[in-house]
Amino acid sequence: MSVPRFWRKIHQRYNLEGTRCTSCNRAFYPPRSFCPDCRRAGVIAPYRFQGKGEVVTFTVIRSASDAFEQQTPFVLAIIRLDEGPRVTAQVVIEDVDEARIGMRVRSVFRRIGSEGESGVIHYGTKFVPDVPYPE
Amino acid sequence: MRDVAVIGIGCTTFGEKWESSFRELFLEAGALALEDAQLSGDRIDALYVGNMSAGRFVEQEHVGALIADYAGMASRHVPSTRVESACCSGSLAFRQAVIAVASGLEEIVVAAGVEKMTDVETATSVDALAAAADREWEGFVGATFPGLYAMIATDYMHRYPLTREQLAMVAVKNHYNGARNPIAQFHSEISVETVLGSPLVADPLRLFDCSPITDGAAAVILAPLERAREFTDAPVKVLATAQASDTIALHDRRDISTLDATVVAGQRAYEMARLTPTDIDLVEVHDCFTIAEICAIEDLGFCAKGQAGRLTEDGETALGGRIPVNTSGGLKACGHPVGATGIKQVAEIVQQLRGEAGGRQVDGAEIGMTQNVGGTGASVAVHIFGRA
Repeated sequence: MSVPRFWRKIHQRYNLEGTRCTSCNRAFYPPRSFCPDCRRAGVIAPYRFQGKGEVVTFTVIRSASDAFEQQTPFVLAIIRLDEGPRVTAQVVIEDVDEARIGMRVRSVFRRIGSEGESGVIHYGTKFVPDVPYPE
Repeated sequence: MRDVAVIGIGCTTFGEKWESSFRELFLEAGALALEDAQLSGDRIDALYVGNMSAGRFVEQEHVGALIADYAGMASRHVPSTRVESACCSGSLAFRQAVIAVASGLEEIVVAAGVEKMTDVETATSVDALAAAADREWEGFVGATFPGLYAMIATDYMHRYPLTREQLAMVAVKNHYNGARNPIAQFHSEISVETVLGSPLVADPLRLFDCSPITDGAAAVILAPLERAREFTDAPVKVLATAQASDTIALHDRRDISTLDATVVAGQRAYEMARLTPTDIDLVEVHDCFTIAEICAIEDLGFCAKGQAGRLTEDGETALGGRIPVNTSGGLKACGHPVGATGIKQVAEIVQQLRGEAGGRQVDGAEIGMTQNVGGTGASVAVHIFGRA
Protein backbone atom coordinates (compact mmCIF):
# COMPACT_ATOMS: atom_id res chain seq x y z
CA MET A 1 0.00 0.00 0.00
CA SER A 2 1.45 3.35 -1.04
CA VAL A 3 2.54 5.90 1.60
CA PRO A 4 -0.22 8.47 0.94
CA ARG A 5 -2.85 5.76 0.86
CA PHE A 6 -1.70 4.41 4.22
CA TRP A 7 -1.07 7.86 5.76
CA ARG A 8 -4.61 9.03 4.96
CA LYS A 9 -6.11 6.37 7.25
CA ILE A 10 -3.48 6.40 10.03
CA HIS A 11 -5.76 7.99 12.59
CA GLN A 12 -8.54 5.50 11.94
CA ARG A 13 -6.24 2.47 11.85
CA TYR A 14 -4.17 3.38 14.94
CA ASN A 15 -7.02 4.53 17.16
CA LEU A 16 -9.91 2.37 16.00
CA GLU A 17 -11.68 5.56 15.05
CA GLY A 18 -14.72 5.10 12.85
CA THR A 19 -17.80 7.17 12.28
CA ARG A 20 -21.36 7.34 13.55
CA CYS A 21 -24.56 8.61 12.00
CA THR A 22 -25.87 11.10 14.56
CA SER A 23 -29.35 10.81 13.01
CA CYS A 24 -29.86 7.08 13.65
CA ASN A 25 -26.89 6.35 15.98
CA ARG A 26 -25.56 3.56 13.76
CA ALA A 27 -21.80 3.24 14.16
CA PHE A 28 -19.41 2.38 11.33
CA TYR A 29 -16.03 0.71 11.43
CA PRO A 30 -14.48 0.64 8.91
CA PRO A 31 -15.66 4.28 8.73
CA ARG A 32 -18.32 5.35 6.25
CA SER A 33 -19.01 8.93 5.23
CA PHE A 34 -22.53 8.11 4.04
CA CYS A 35 -25.22 6.37 6.14
CA PRO A 36 -26.91 3.63 4.04
CA ASP A 37 -30.07 3.95 6.17
CA CYS A 38 -30.52 7.74 6.50
CA ARG A 39 -28.79 8.55 3.21
CA ARG A 40 -28.50 12.33 2.70
CA ALA A 41 -30.46 13.02 5.88
CA GLY A 42 -27.73 11.34 7.93
CA VAL A 43 -25.13 13.47 9.68
CA ILE A 44 -21.83 11.64 10.05
CA ALA A 45 -19.38 12.38 12.87
CA PRO A 46 -16.13 10.70 14.00
CA TYR A 47 -16.62 8.03 16.64
CA ARG A 48 -14.01 6.29 18.79
CA PHE A 49 -14.61 2.60 19.49
CA GLN A 50 -13.73 1.08 22.86
CA GLY A 51 -11.89 -1.79 21.21
CA LYS A 52 -13.76 -4.67 22.83
CA GLY A 53 -15.70 -7.32 21.02
CA GLU A 54 -16.08 -10.98 20.22
CA VAL A 55 -15.01 -13.36 17.47
CA VAL A 56 -17.86 -14.05 15.02
CA THR A 57 -15.86 -16.37 12.76
CA PHE A 58 -12.19 -17.04 12.09
CA THR A 59 -9.60 -19.01 10.15
CA VAL A 60 -5.94 -19.83 10.51
CA ILE A 61 -4.07 -18.50 7.49
CA ARG A 62 -1.38 -21.04 6.57
CA SER A 63 -0.58 -19.71 3.11
CA ALA A 64 -0.47 -15.93 2.67
CA SER A 65 0.49 -13.34 0.09
CA ASP A 66 4.17 -12.28 0.05
CA ALA A 67 3.66 -9.44 2.52
CA PHE A 68 2.29 -11.78 5.22
CA GLU A 69 4.09 -15.05 4.45
CA GLN A 70 6.57 -14.63 7.33
CA GLN A 71 3.71 -14.24 9.83
CA THR A 72 2.01 -17.58 9.00
CA PRO A 73 0.29 -19.31 10.63
CA PHE A 74 -1.88 -16.51 12.01
CA VAL A 75 -5.50 -16.18 13.08
CA LEU A 76 -7.70 -13.97 10.90
CA ALA A 77 -11.14 -13.21 12.30
CA ILE A 78 -14.29 -11.21 11.86
CA ILE A 79 -14.89 -9.44 15.16
CA ARG A 80 -18.15 -7.87 16.26
CA LEU A 81 -17.30 -4.74 18.20
CA ASP A 82 -19.49 -4.13 21.24
CA GLU A 83 -20.82 -0.97 19.57
CA GLY A 84 -22.22 -3.08 16.69
CA PRO A 85 -20.04 -3.06 13.58
CA ARG A 86 -17.95 -6.01 12.46
CA VAL A 87 -14.35 -5.76 11.36
CA THR A 88 -11.76 -8.10 9.85
CA ALA A 89 -8.54 -8.30 11.87
CA GLN A 90 -5.81 -10.61 13.10
CA VAL A 91 -6.11 -12.14 16.55
CA VAL A 92 -2.72 -12.49 18.22
CA ILE A 93 -2.77 -15.72 20.17
CA GLU A 94 0.05 -18.00 21.25
CA ASP A 95 -1.55 -21.22 20.03
CA VAL A 96 -3.56 -20.62 16.84
CA ASP A 97 -5.66 -23.71 17.58
CA GLU A 98 -7.03 -21.95 20.67
CA ALA A 99 -9.14 -19.50 18.61
CA ARG A 100 -12.88 -19.94 19.18
CA ILE A 101 -16.14 -18.45 17.97
CA GLY A 102 -17.53 -16.24 20.74
CA MET A 103 -14.07 -15.54 22.21
CA ARG A 104 -13.89 -12.10 23.87
CA VAL A 105 -11.10 -9.94 22.43
CA ARG A 106 -9.70 -6.43 22.87
CA SER A 107 -7.81 -4.24 20.42
CA VAL A 108 -4.06 -3.64 20.55
CA PHE A 109 -1.72 -1.43 18.51
CA ARG A 110 0.57 -3.65 16.41
CA ARG A 111 2.80 -3.75 13.38
CA ILE A 112 0.70 -5.08 10.47
CA GLY A 113 3.40 -5.36 7.81
CA SER A 114 5.76 -3.36 5.67
CA GLU A 115 6.20 -2.29 2.10
CA GLY A 116 9.13 -4.58 1.23
CA GLU A 117 12.31 -4.88 3.33
CA SER A 118 13.21 -1.19 3.40
CA GLY A 119 9.77 0.33 2.86
CA VAL A 120 7.40 2.09 5.20
CA ILE A 121 6.14 0.04 8.14
CA HIS A 122 2.36 -0.29 8.40
CA TYR A 123 0.95 -0.20 11.93
CA GLY A 124 -2.66 -0.75 12.85
CA THR A 125 -5.05 -2.63 15.07
CA LYS A 126 -4.96 -6.32 15.96
CA PHE A 127 -6.89 -8.08 18.70
CA VAL A 128 -5.82 -10.27 21.64
CA PRO A 129 -7.90 -12.50 23.94
CA ASP A 130 -9.53 -10.24 26.53
CA VAL A 131 -8.19 -11.77 29.73
CA PRO A 132 -6.98 -9.90 32.83
CA TYR A 133 -3.24 -9.20 33.01
CA PRO A 134 -1.43 -11.76 35.21
CA GLU A 135 -0.47 -10.43 38.66
CA MET B 1 -37.33 -6.07 -25.48
CA ARG B 2 -36.80 -8.98 -27.86
CA ASP B 3 -35.74 -12.54 -27.04
CA VAL B 4 -32.07 -13.44 -27.31
CA ALA B 5 -30.40 -16.73 -28.23
CA VAL B 6 -26.93 -18.20 -28.00
CA ILE B 7 -25.92 -19.34 -31.49
CA GLY B 8 -22.29 -20.29 -30.98
CA ILE B 9 -19.86 -21.29 -28.23
CA GLY B 10 -16.09 -21.76 -27.99
CA CYS B 11 -13.62 -22.44 -25.19
CA THR B 12 -9.88 -22.94 -25.15
CA THR B 13 -8.64 -25.81 -23.03
CA PHE B 14 -8.10 -24.54 -19.47
CA GLY B 15 -4.79 -24.94 -17.65
CA GLU B 16 -1.26 -23.61 -17.33
CA LYS B 17 -0.90 -22.49 -20.93
CA TRP B 18 2.63 -21.14 -20.94
CA GLU B 19 2.87 -21.30 -24.73
CA SER B 20 -0.17 -19.03 -25.27
CA SER B 21 -0.33 -15.27 -24.81
CA PHE B 22 -3.31 -13.28 -23.54
CA ARG B 23 -4.38 -12.25 -27.04
CA GLU B 24 -3.84 -15.73 -28.49
CA LEU B 25 -6.11 -17.25 -25.86
CA PHE B 26 -8.88 -14.85 -26.73
CA LEU B 27 -8.51 -15.37 -30.47
CA GLU B 28 -8.64 -19.15 -30.10
CA ALA B 29 -11.91 -19.05 -28.16
CA GLY B 30 -13.43 -16.46 -30.49
CA ALA B 31 -12.53 -18.46 -33.59
CA LEU B 32 -14.07 -21.61 -32.11
CA ALA B 33 -17.30 -19.76 -31.32
CA LEU B 34 -17.52 -18.27 -34.83
CA GLU B 35 -16.90 -21.67 -36.35
CA ASP B 36 -19.60 -23.16 -34.13
CA ALA B 37 -22.07 -20.52 -35.35
CA GLN B 38 -20.80 -20.93 -38.94
CA LEU B 39 -20.32 -17.21 -38.97
CA SER B 40 -17.68 -14.92 -40.41
CA GLY B 41 -16.11 -12.39 -38.04
CA ASP B 42 -17.20 -9.52 -40.28
CA ARG B 43 -20.81 -10.14 -39.22
CA ILE B 44 -20.05 -9.19 -35.59
CA ASP B 45 -21.58 -5.89 -34.45
CA ALA B 46 -20.08 -5.60 -30.96
CA LEU B 47 -17.80 -7.28 -28.42
CA TYR B 48 -18.14 -7.49 -24.63
CA VAL B 49 -15.11 -8.92 -22.86
CA GLY B 50 -14.99 -10.05 -19.24
CA ASN B 51 -11.56 -9.66 -17.70
CA MET B 52 -10.62 -9.12 -14.07
CA SER B 53 -7.04 -8.04 -13.93
CA ALA B 54 -5.01 -8.02 -17.13
CA GLY B 55 -3.27 -5.00 -15.59
CA ARG B 56 -1.85 -7.12 -12.76
CA PHE B 57 -1.45 -10.41 -14.64
CA VAL B 58 0.02 -9.24 -17.97
CA GLU B 59 0.44 -5.48 -17.41
CA GLN B 60 -2.12 -4.75 -20.09
CA GLU B 61 -5.16 -2.52 -19.77
CA HIS B 62 -7.39 -1.30 -22.60
CA VAL B 63 -8.23 -4.91 -23.24
CA GLY B 64 -11.38 -4.25 -25.28
CA ALA B 65 -9.52 -2.39 -28.01
CA LEU B 66 -6.64 -4.89 -28.03
CA ILE B 67 -9.01 -7.77 -28.59
CA ALA B 68 -11.04 -6.02 -31.29
CA ASP B 69 -7.76 -5.20 -33.06
CA TYR B 70 -6.32 -8.72 -32.98
CA ALA B 71 -9.69 -10.21 -33.91
CA GLY B 72 -9.42 -8.20 -37.14
CA MET B 73 -12.19 -5.78 -36.23
CA ALA B 74 -10.18 -2.56 -35.94
CA SER B 75 -10.65 -1.62 -39.58
CA ARG B 76 -14.44 -1.93 -39.22
CA HIS B 77 -14.21 -0.05 -35.89
CA VAL B 78 -16.44 -2.57 -34.07
CA PRO B 79 -17.25 -1.33 -30.55
CA SER B 80 -15.54 -3.41 -27.88
CA THR B 81 -16.16 -3.06 -24.15
CA ARG B 82 -14.26 -4.58 -21.25
CA VAL B 83 -16.40 -5.53 -18.27
CA GLU B 84 -14.90 -6.00 -14.80
CA SER B 85 -16.46 -7.32 -11.62
CA ALA B 86 -13.71 -9.64 -10.34
CA CYS B 87 -14.60 -13.33 -10.75
CA CYS B 88 -18.05 -12.33 -12.03
CA SER B 89 -16.62 -10.37 -14.99
CA GLY B 90 -17.54 -13.03 -17.57
CA SER B 91 -21.20 -13.20 -16.59
CA LEU B 92 -21.53 -9.44 -16.53
CA ALA B 93 -20.01 -9.22 -20.02
CA PHE B 94 -22.57 -11.82 -21.07
CA ARG B 95 -25.38 -9.85 -19.41
CA GLN B 96 -24.31 -6.62 -21.16
CA ALA B 97 -24.30 -8.47 -24.49
CA VAL B 98 -27.78 -9.88 -23.81
CA ILE B 99 -29.07 -6.40 -22.96
CA ALA B 100 -27.50 -4.97 -26.14
CA VAL B 101 -29.21 -7.53 -28.37
CA ALA B 102 -32.50 -7.51 -26.44
CA SER B 103 -32.71 -3.72 -26.75
CA GLY B 104 -32.44 -3.91 -30.52
CA LEU B 105 -29.34 -1.73 -30.54
CA GLU B 106 -27.06 -4.56 -31.71
CA GLU B 107 -27.70 -7.70 -33.79
CA ILE B 108 -24.85 -10.20 -33.61
CA VAL B 109 -22.70 -9.80 -30.51
CA VAL B 110 -19.77 -11.68 -28.99
CA ALA B 111 -19.63 -12.10 -25.20
CA ALA B 112 -16.28 -13.40 -24.11
CA GLY B 113 -14.01 -13.74 -21.13
CA VAL B 114 -10.27 -14.18 -20.84
CA GLU B 115 -7.65 -14.37 -18.11
CA LYS B 116 -3.93 -15.12 -18.38
CA MET B 117 -2.84 -15.82 -14.81
CA THR B 118 0.37 -17.88 -14.98
CA ASP B 119 2.71 -15.22 -16.38
CA VAL B 120 3.26 -14.04 -12.78
CA GLU B 121 4.32 -15.92 -9.65
CA THR B 122 1.63 -17.55 -7.55
CA ALA B 123 2.05 -15.02 -4.71
CA THR B 124 1.40 -12.18 -7.18
CA SER B 125 -1.75 -13.82 -8.51
CA VAL B 126 -2.96 -14.48 -4.95
CA ASP B 127 -2.49 -10.78 -4.23
CA ALA B 128 -4.19 -9.73 -7.48
CA LEU B 129 -7.19 -11.93 -6.63
CA ALA B 130 -7.34 -10.46 -3.11
CA ALA B 131 -8.17 -7.14 -4.80
CA ALA B 132 -11.68 -8.54 -5.33
CA ALA B 133 -12.22 -8.03 -1.59
CA ASP B 134 -11.86 -4.71 0.28
CA ARG B 135 -8.17 -3.89 -0.08
CA GLU B 136 -8.11 -1.26 2.67
CA TRP B 137 -10.04 -3.18 5.34
CA GLU B 138 -9.63 -6.88 4.45
CA GLY B 139 -6.49 -7.29 2.32
CA PHE B 140 -4.54 -4.77 4.43
CA VAL B 141 -4.75 -6.95 7.54
CA GLY B 142 -3.72 -10.15 5.73
CA ALA B 143 -6.96 -11.56 4.36
CA THR B 144 -6.51 -13.87 1.38
CA PHE B 145 -9.37 -15.21 -0.72
CA PRO B 146 -9.11 -18.73 0.71
CA GLY B 147 -9.03 -17.04 4.14
CA LEU B 148 -12.29 -15.17 3.56
CA TYR B 149 -14.12 -18.26 2.27
CA ALA B 150 -12.61 -20.23 5.16
CA MET B 151 -14.32 -17.79 7.54
CA ILE B 152 -17.61 -18.52 5.73
CA ALA B 153 -16.92 -22.25 6.22
CA THR B 154 -16.12 -21.81 9.95
CA ASP B 155 -19.35 -19.86 10.47
CA TYR B 156 -21.38 -22.32 8.39
CA MET B 157 -20.04 -25.42 10.14
CA HIS B 158 -20.68 -23.82 13.53
CA ARG B 159 -24.35 -23.23 12.69
CA TYR B 160 -25.38 -26.04 10.32
CA PRO B 161 -24.76 -29.77 9.99
CA LEU B 162 -21.91 -30.00 7.48
CA THR B 163 -19.07 -32.46 7.97
CA ARG B 164 -15.53 -32.02 6.71
CA GLU B 165 -16.08 -35.16 4.60
CA GLN B 166 -19.21 -33.72 2.94
CA LEU B 167 -17.25 -30.60 2.02
CA ALA B 168 -14.59 -32.84 0.44
CA MET B 169 -17.30 -34.65 -1.54
CA VAL B 170 -17.96 -31.42 -3.47
CA ALA B 171 -14.39 -31.53 -4.80
CA VAL B 172 -14.56 -35.29 -5.46
CA LYS B 173 -17.76 -34.87 -7.49
CA ASN B 174 -16.38 -31.92 -9.48
CA HIS B 175 -13.17 -33.80 -10.31
CA TYR B 176 -15.28 -36.76 -11.49
CA ASN B 177 -17.12 -34.39 -13.86
CA GLY B 178 -13.92 -32.62 -14.92
CA ALA B 179 -12.42 -35.97 -15.89
CA ARG B 180 -15.22 -36.16 -18.48
CA ASN B 181 -14.69 -32.64 -19.87
CA PRO B 182 -12.04 -32.33 -22.61
CA ILE B 183 -11.30 -28.65 -21.80
CA ALA B 184 -10.85 -29.20 -18.04
CA GLN B 185 -7.58 -28.35 -16.30
CA PHE B 186 -7.66 -31.57 -14.24
CA HIS B 187 -8.63 -34.95 -15.62
CA SER B 188 -7.92 -37.08 -12.57
CA GLU B 189 -10.62 -38.35 -10.30
CA ILE B 190 -9.85 -37.88 -6.63
CA SER B 191 -11.09 -39.36 -3.35
CA VAL B 192 -12.22 -37.83 -0.06
CA GLU B 193 -8.83 -38.95 1.32
CA THR B 194 -7.05 -36.90 -1.38
CA VAL B 195 -8.84 -33.78 -0.16
CA LEU B 196 -8.41 -34.48 3.56
CA GLY B 197 -4.74 -35.35 3.05
CA SER B 198 -3.90 -32.15 1.17
CA PRO B 199 -2.23 -29.27 3.04
CA LEU B 200 -4.27 -26.75 5.00
CA VAL B 201 -4.47 -23.39 3.23
CA ALA B 202 -6.84 -21.58 5.62
CA ASP B 203 -8.59 -23.75 8.23
CA PRO B 204 -10.81 -25.63 7.56
CA LEU B 205 -10.08 -25.31 3.82
CA ARG B 206 -7.34 -27.45 2.30
CA LEU B 207 -5.60 -27.22 -1.05
CA PHE B 208 -8.16 -29.53 -2.71
CA ASP B 209 -11.02 -27.31 -1.51
CA CYS B 210 -9.65 -24.49 -3.67
CA SER B 211 -10.01 -23.80 -7.37
CA PRO B 212 -6.67 -23.50 -9.19
CA ILE B 213 -4.90 -20.67 -10.99
CA THR B 214 -5.72 -21.04 -14.67
CA ASP B 215 -5.17 -19.59 -18.13
CA GLY B 216 -8.07 -19.73 -20.53
CA ALA B 217 -10.68 -17.98 -22.61
CA ALA B 218 -14.28 -18.61 -23.61
CA ALA B 219 -16.60 -16.91 -26.08
CA VAL B 220 -20.26 -17.16 -27.02
CA ILE B 221 -22.21 -15.49 -29.81
CA LEU B 222 -25.64 -13.96 -29.32
CA ALA B 223 -28.33 -13.08 -31.85
CA PRO B 224 -32.02 -12.16 -31.73
CA LEU B 225 -34.00 -15.38 -31.21
CA GLU B 226 -36.08 -14.71 -34.34
CA ARG B 227 -32.90 -14.85 -36.45
CA ALA B 228 -31.13 -17.64 -34.56
CA ARG B 229 -32.01 -20.41 -37.02
CA GLU B 230 -30.12 -18.58 -39.78
CA PHE B 231 -26.99 -19.70 -37.95
CA THR B 232 -27.73 -22.89 -36.00
CA ASP B 233 -30.18 -25.77 -35.78
CA ALA B 234 -29.92 -25.78 -32.00
CA PRO B 235 -30.31 -22.26 -30.65
CA VAL B 236 -30.47 -21.86 -26.88
CA LYS B 237 -32.77 -19.15 -25.56
CA VAL B 238 -31.76 -16.84 -22.73
CA LEU B 239 -34.76 -17.16 -20.40
CA ALA B 240 -33.46 -14.81 -17.71
CA THR B 241 -30.58 -12.47 -16.91
CA ALA B 242 -30.25 -11.16 -13.38
CA GLN B 243 -27.62 -9.43 -11.29
CA ALA B 244 -27.34 -8.31 -7.66
CA SER B 245 -24.82 -6.50 -5.46
CA ASP B 246 -23.92 -6.69 -1.77
CA THR B 247 -21.33 -5.19 0.59
CA ILE B 248 -17.77 -5.43 -0.71
CA ALA B 249 -16.45 -6.76 2.63
CA LEU B 250 -17.54 -10.08 4.08
CA HIS B 251 -17.70 -8.60 7.60
CA ASP B 252 -20.52 -6.21 6.57
CA ARG B 253 -22.88 -8.95 5.28
CA ARG B 254 -26.24 -9.51 6.92
CA ASP B 255 -25.41 -13.23 7.26
CA ILE B 256 -21.89 -14.55 6.70
CA SER B 257 -23.04 -17.97 5.44
CA THR B 258 -25.69 -16.70 3.02
CA LEU B 259 -24.81 -14.85 -0.15
CA ASP B 260 -27.79 -12.49 -0.23
CA ALA B 261 -26.75 -11.36 -3.73
CA THR B 262 -27.18 -14.97 -4.91
CA VAL B 263 -30.57 -15.22 -3.22
CA VAL B 264 -31.77 -11.98 -4.82
CA ALA B 265 -30.27 -12.59 -8.29
CA GLY B 266 -31.80 -16.07 -8.18
CA GLN B 267 -35.23 -14.74 -7.26
CA ARG B 268 -35.05 -12.10 -10.00
CA ALA B 269 -34.04 -14.76 -12.54
CA TYR B 270 -36.80 -17.21 -11.54
CA GLU B 271 -39.31 -14.37 -11.78
CA MET B 272 -38.12 -13.28 -15.22
CA ALA B 273 -38.19 -16.86 -16.56
CA ARG B 274 -41.45 -17.65 -14.69
CA LEU B 275 -39.79 -20.77 -13.29
CA THR B 276 -38.99 -22.27 -9.89
CA PRO B 277 -35.95 -24.27 -8.69
CA THR B 278 -37.74 -27.56 -9.43
CA ASP B 279 -37.84 -26.61 -13.15
CA ILE B 280 -34.04 -26.44 -13.42
CA ASP B 281 -32.39 -29.58 -14.87
CA LEU B 282 -28.79 -28.63 -14.14
CA VAL B 283 -26.77 -25.72 -12.77
CA GLU B 284 -23.24 -24.39 -13.04
CA VAL B 285 -22.38 -22.63 -9.75
CA HIS B 286 -19.36 -20.64 -8.62
CA ASP B 287 -17.36 -23.22 -6.62
CA CYS B 288 -14.20 -21.16 -6.18
CA PHE B 289 -14.02 -23.08 -2.89
CA THR B 290 -16.02 -26.15 -1.89
CA ILE B 291 -17.97 -24.15 0.71
CA ALA B 292 -19.07 -21.76 -2.05
CA GLU B 293 -20.88 -24.59 -3.87
CA ILE B 294 -22.62 -25.60 -0.63
CA CYS B 295 -23.88 -22.02 -0.11
CA ALA B 296 -24.86 -21.59 -3.78
CA ILE B 297 -27.03 -24.73 -3.86
CA GLU B 298 -28.99 -23.45 -0.88
CA ASP B 299 -29.09 -19.78 -1.84
CA LEU B 300 -30.51 -20.68 -5.28
CA GLY B 301 -33.31 -22.62 -3.57
CA PHE B 302 -32.37 -26.21 -4.46
CA CYS B 303 -32.58 -27.20 -0.79
CA ALA B 304 -33.13 -25.57 2.59
CA LYS B 305 -30.27 -23.79 4.39
CA GLY B 306 -28.05 -26.35 6.07
CA GLN B 307 -29.05 -29.26 3.81
CA ALA B 308 -26.53 -28.98 0.95
CA GLY B 309 -23.95 -31.20 2.64
CA ARG B 310 -26.49 -34.00 2.94
CA LEU B 311 -27.66 -33.39 -0.65
CA THR B 312 -24.07 -33.72 -1.87
CA GLU B 313 -23.39 -36.86 0.19
CA ASP B 314 -26.59 -38.45 -1.18
CA GLY B 315 -25.37 -37.91 -4.74
CA GLU B 316 -28.25 -35.58 -5.63
CA THR B 317 -25.84 -33.00 -7.10
CA ALA B 318 -23.86 -35.59 -9.09
CA LEU B 319 -24.49 -36.70 -12.67
CA GLY B 320 -27.71 -38.74 -12.54
CA GLY B 321 -28.83 -36.98 -9.35
CA ARG B 322 -31.86 -34.77 -8.82
CA ILE B 323 -30.02 -31.53 -9.69
CA PRO B 324 -26.59 -32.09 -11.27
CA VAL B 325 -24.25 -29.28 -10.18
CA ASN B 326 -21.13 -28.27 -12.10
CA THR B 327 -21.13 -30.89 -14.83
CA SER B 328 -18.19 -29.03 -16.41
CA GLY B 329 -16.07 -29.87 -13.36
CA GLY B 330 -16.78 -26.41 -11.98
CA LEU B 331 -14.10 -23.94 -11.09
CA LYS B 332 -12.50 -26.66 -8.98
CA ALA B 333 -11.63 -29.18 -11.72
CA CYS B 334 -12.32 -27.36 -15.02
CA GLY B 335 -10.20 -24.46 -13.76
CA HIS B 336 -10.85 -20.82 -12.98
CA PRO B 337 -9.43 -18.32 -15.47
CA VAL B 338 -11.26 -15.60 -13.57
CA GLY B 339 -12.72 -13.43 -16.35
CA ALA B 340 -13.51 -16.46 -18.54
CA THR B 341 -15.36 -18.51 -15.93
CA GLY B 342 -18.82 -16.94 -16.37
CA ILE B 343 -18.70 -17.47 -20.13
CA LYS B 344 -17.48 -21.05 -19.73
CA GLN B 345 -20.48 -21.72 -17.49
CA VAL B 346 -22.79 -20.49 -20.28
CA ALA B 347 -20.94 -22.63 -22.86
CA GLU B 348 -21.34 -25.70 -20.64
CA ILE B 349 -25.09 -25.18 -20.24
CA VAL B 350 -25.49 -24.63 -24.01
CA GLN B 351 -23.56 -27.84 -24.73
CA GLN B 352 -25.76 -29.74 -22.28
CA LEU B 353 -29.01 -28.35 -23.71
CA ARG B 354 -27.85 -29.29 -27.20
CA GLY B 355 -27.13 -32.82 -25.95
CA GLU B 356 -23.45 -32.53 -26.91
CA ALA B 357 -21.82 -33.02 -23.51
CA GLY B 358 -20.61 -36.59 -24.12
CA GLY B 359 -19.67 -38.56 -21.01
CA ARG B 360 -21.05 -35.88 -18.68
CA GLN B 361 -24.38 -35.36 -20.50
CA VAL B 362 -27.46 -34.81 -18.34
CA ASP B 363 -30.16 -36.88 -20.05
CA GLY B 364 -33.00 -34.82 -21.46
CA ALA B 365 -31.67 -31.50 -20.13
CA GLU B 366 -34.03 -28.71 -21.17
CA ILE B 367 -33.48 -25.91 -18.65
CA GLY B 368 -30.08 -24.91 -17.28
CA MET B 369 -28.81 -22.20 -14.94
CA THR B 370 -25.52 -20.41 -14.23
CA GLN B 371 -24.47 -18.59 -11.04
CA ASN B 372 -21.27 -16.54 -11.08
CA VAL B 373 -19.87 -14.70 -8.03
CA GLY B 374 -17.55 -11.70 -7.76
CA GLY B 375 -15.42 -11.57 -4.61
CA THR B 376 -17.05 -13.17 -1.58
CA GLY B 377 -20.51 -12.33 -2.90
CA ALA B 378 -20.45 -8.59 -3.59
CA SER B 379 -21.56 -9.22 -7.18
CA VAL B 380 -23.60 -12.16 -8.40
CA ALA B 381 -25.08 -12.87 -11.81
CA VAL B 382 -27.62 -15.62 -12.48
CA HIS B 383 -28.78 -16.69 -15.93
CA ILE B 384 -31.35 -19.26 -17.03
CA PHE B 385 -31.35 -20.95 -20.43
CA GLY B 386 -33.76 -23.18 -22.32
CA ARG B 387 -33.84 -25.08 -25.58
CA ALA B 388 -35.38 -22.85 -28.24
